[in-house]
Amino acid sequence: MAESTACAAESVKKIIDPIHQFCIHPVVGNAEHLGVFTFTNSALWGLIAVGLASLLFLLAPRKLVPTRLQSVAESLYEVVDNMTREILHDNARTYFPFVLTLFLFILFANVLGLVPYSFTVTSHIIITLALALVVFVGATVIGFWRNGFGYLKLFVPSGVPVFLLPLVVLIEIVSYFIRPLSLSIRLFANMMAGHMMLKVMAGFVVMLGYFGIVPLIAMVGLTGLELLVAALQAYVFALLTCMYLNDAMHVDH
Amino acid sequence: MDVAAAKMIGAGIAAVALGGAGIGIGHIFGNYLAGALRNPAAAASQRGTLFLGFAFAEATGLIGFAVAMLILFG
Repeated sequence: MAESTACAAESVKKIIDPIHQFCIHPVVGNAEHLGVFTFTNSALWGLIAVGLASLLFLLAPRKLVPTRLQSVAESLYEVVDNMTREILHDNARTYFPFVLTLFLFILFANVLGLVPYSFTVTSHIIITLALALVVFVGATVIGFWRNGFGYLKLFVPSGVPVFLLPLVVLIEIVSYFIRPLSLSIRLFANMMAGHMMLKVMAGFVVMLGYFGIVPLIAMVGLTGLELLVAALQAYVFALLTCMYLNDAMHVDH
Repeated sequence: MDVAAAKMIGAGIAAVALGGAGIGIGHIFGNYLAGALRNPAAAASQRGTLFLGFAFAEATGLIGFAVAMLILFG
């Protein structure tokens, strides 16, 4: 609540503020009435991302010779298909829909965030942490469901000397519970840092007057780089989801 | 020293962690490129491992970034 009023105050002052783009405010009405069930810009852009991802796959024709829209949909499908096949092997078909959904949502949210005046849904840690916790809790439940208490063998790697075992088990447990954190922080920090960098450069363009052409040229390149990062982070998130699911399938590898 | 100034300095020091992540990511992609040029046939199959290594190397640096953000705004 305190943050929302701060956001409203910042928007009144016409200053160059790279943080302002991350403000969450209601789509209708003013920022003072931010309740639990308020329809915010974050929710709006999340819905747009879901809607566009669904539309892409609904509208893409199913022809033998693909049209342009169909090739986009097919190559996205193929990326996830190859990834699940490579990592999950026999279980690829079971978890493919989940991984594809995650990948598409994050990809569309990231790329839509690069549109001027839009809002980057994945630049808030609460969104990415929720996504990462779905993966983490899901993988843990599947692990115990498939292996019973044999899943705990994940923390005891084979072939480790006995006197090192307590230390190794401790490290394994810590690294297991840090998974949702690293998964969410990676996505959120990349998105936030990238967008802040773009806005700071945009501030240079305004401040330098005629010499602003130099940072403007740099911004074209940086925007391309951010597009790459947006796609790469979606890919990495989906890849790590596959890895964690694979850990839940095959404990003793 | 002023607490606000100390916070800024602390956040700056925490952000140094990203330098290590940069070195790590450079190593990973550089070594991948070197390996891929030696054996281009095996390169495509290792792309998943490449991005996995990239993700792990980046994660450690980003924890430093998160600490910097916590110091500044937390």
